[in-house]
Amino acid sequence: MESLTSTIQAVPLNHYIFLSAIIFSIGVMGVLLRRNAIVIFMSVELMLNSVNLLLTAFSVYRGDAAGQVFVFFIMALAAAEVAVGLAIIVMIYRNTNSIDINVLNRLKW
Amino acid sequence: MSTFYFIAFLSIFFSILVISAKNPVHSILYLVITFFTFTVHYILLNAQFLAVVNFIVYMGAILVLFLYTLMLINLNKEAEPVKPFMVKISAVFGGGILAVALISSLKSLGVSDPVVLKNPNLGLVKNLGKVLFNEFLLPFEISSVLLLSAMVGAVLLATKEKETKATI
Repeated sequence: MESLTSTIQAVPLNHYIFLSAIIFSIGVMGVLLRRNAIVIFMSVELMLNSVNLLLTAFSVYRGDAAGQVFVFFIMALAAAEVAVGLAIIVMIYRNTNSIDINVLNRLKW
Repeated sequence: MSTFYFIAFLSIFFSILVISAKNPVHSILYLVITFFTFTVHYILLNAQFLAVVNFIVYMGAILVLFLYTLMLINLNKEAEPVKPFMVKISAVFGGGILAVALISSLKSLGVSDPVVLKNPNLGLVKNLGKVLFNEFLLPFEISSVLLLSAMVGAVLLATKEKETKATI
């Protein structure tokens, strides 16, 4: 493990921030781009994961374990969110026979 | 060092494939690969506990939940309706603007110190458990209540309500 962790010694913190920003933007793009509700959920998962990676990188950078504990809580929250959200999607599919989010435009204006 | 850039390239590549795949099943499988690259990132940062939890919770539990839901919902009847071309262009443009704004503003911040692991057993289970059960004991218990309420809510939402419809 020592040889493995020595491979990251030279990666600047900037590059972790850039990677997380790019993946977060890809998640935002997916939310704007797709109409399938499940794919939108997956884009939200992508955004949550990019934030997790950034928290871990800062935790290692500062030598503080609290950041990794936050990531643990975010994972618990993501599990709860996915369970409730997918239940809502199943309910919507049962009522409208599609998971196109443009069907749900009654609260739009 | 080059390992990080290779894995970062794979993360970005597969996350672009997630949002651009036509078939939702393919996009879930690409998401599995993306989460695997995140696990490799955690291992490179020596956050071993997070790597294992990411592997089990995200790739094991959450994505299986996605796949099951997708199998419950029969999507084979009609394909996903495509958005107009202008809406697609503006969505990509908006996401790109967000990325450029974030990166350029963070570039001017100038935090380019290398990430150096000072404490080698920072991300091990022993160290994290001590922090979790001393300082973060109350949030830990509250998260158990959150998971319980999410479970009850999911069961309540996903069951068919025949009796209530009969009374109405």
